[in-house]
Amino acid sequence: MNIKNKIKITVNGKQMQIIPKFSLKSLITKLKMPLNKIAIELNKKIIDKKRISNIKLKKGDKIEIVHFIGGG
Amino acid sequence: MIDKKFKIANKIFKSRLIVGTGKYKSFSECAKAIKTSGADIVTVAVRRVNISNKNKARLMDYIDPKKITYLPNTAGCFTAEDAIRTLRLAREIGGWKLVKLEVLGDKRNLFPEMIETLRSTELLTKEGFKVMVYCNDDPLMAKRLENAGAVAIMPLAAPIGSGLGIQNKVNIKIIRKQTKLPLIIDAGIGQASDASIAMELGCDGVLINTAIAKANNPIQMAEAMKLAVISGRKSFLSGRINPKLFGSASTTNKGII
Repeated sequence: MNIKNKIKITVNGKQMQIIPKFSLKSLITKLKMPLNKIAIELNKKIIDKKRISNIKLKKGDKIEIVHFIGGG
Repeated sequence: MIDKKFKIANKIFKSRLIVGTGKYKSFSECAKAIKTSGADIVTVAVRRVNISNKNKARLMDYIDPKKITYLPNTAGCFTAEDAIRTLRLAREIGGWKLVKLEVLGDKRNLFPEMIETLRSTELLTKEGFKVMVYCNDDPLMAKRLENAGAVAIMPLAAPIGSGLGIQNKVNIKIIRKQTKLPLIIDAGIGQASDASIAMELGCDGVLINTAIAKANNPIQMAEAMKLAVISGRKSFLSGRINPKLFGSASTTNKGII
């Protein structure tokens, strides 16, 4: 794939390049994130984890992937 | 005397000690301390996953949310919007509705921003969350939180992580008198005796993180806190003697030689 065809997205504040029509599910799989231990926001909207294969990522999308850490 | 059950939002919990999961040296130390403390609720925070280190250990790998109740918090939130966003995400991870609301107003003293806290309590309650609220030790605000739908009132003993112990026993006693909601001291405990005092004031529970996690021996301190909470509760239920200014001999003078 030519780099020119790639689109830029932001995941947890870091820029990433993906191929067009890359799904949110593919991104989660690529990042090896266990679905049952995370929550996902796409452009500040919470995404139903059951629907992630239907969501195609677009240029400039901002994704937040969160999990639980230690806290008081 | 048989104690009444420790119930929050209609769910019964065995331990009156709630433990935080922050500041430990490792997840395994944290898990061990929780086990020793006997707590069946632990607070947890919501943060970004580290996407560059995919193999990094996760809290959920060490503390099983099926065996222990996770209480997601809103640590680091300064507005109602931040808090709601955080707790919606927490709910999405695994359906958590029982949450700890903590909206701060000052980065140094970490005191709760009570106007935003009250607004958040109203909004979250409307959304179906069961909100346990970290708050100031102000009886009037505690009443307002109760009216807004809070399921537990959690006043500070002293600033978060300060270890100063209960600074205003009078206010805690007044809040105790006015509310039937679970009253849980959250923040400021330093040592086991502080936890006992909280229970002797009539609180239903105590939430402790730093005092255990940062003790020289966190596992032993977890046990000390467990015993202190049990001991304080029994002391409260037993009905203390009235304090007197002068002495009252324990041994009779009858038959003295």
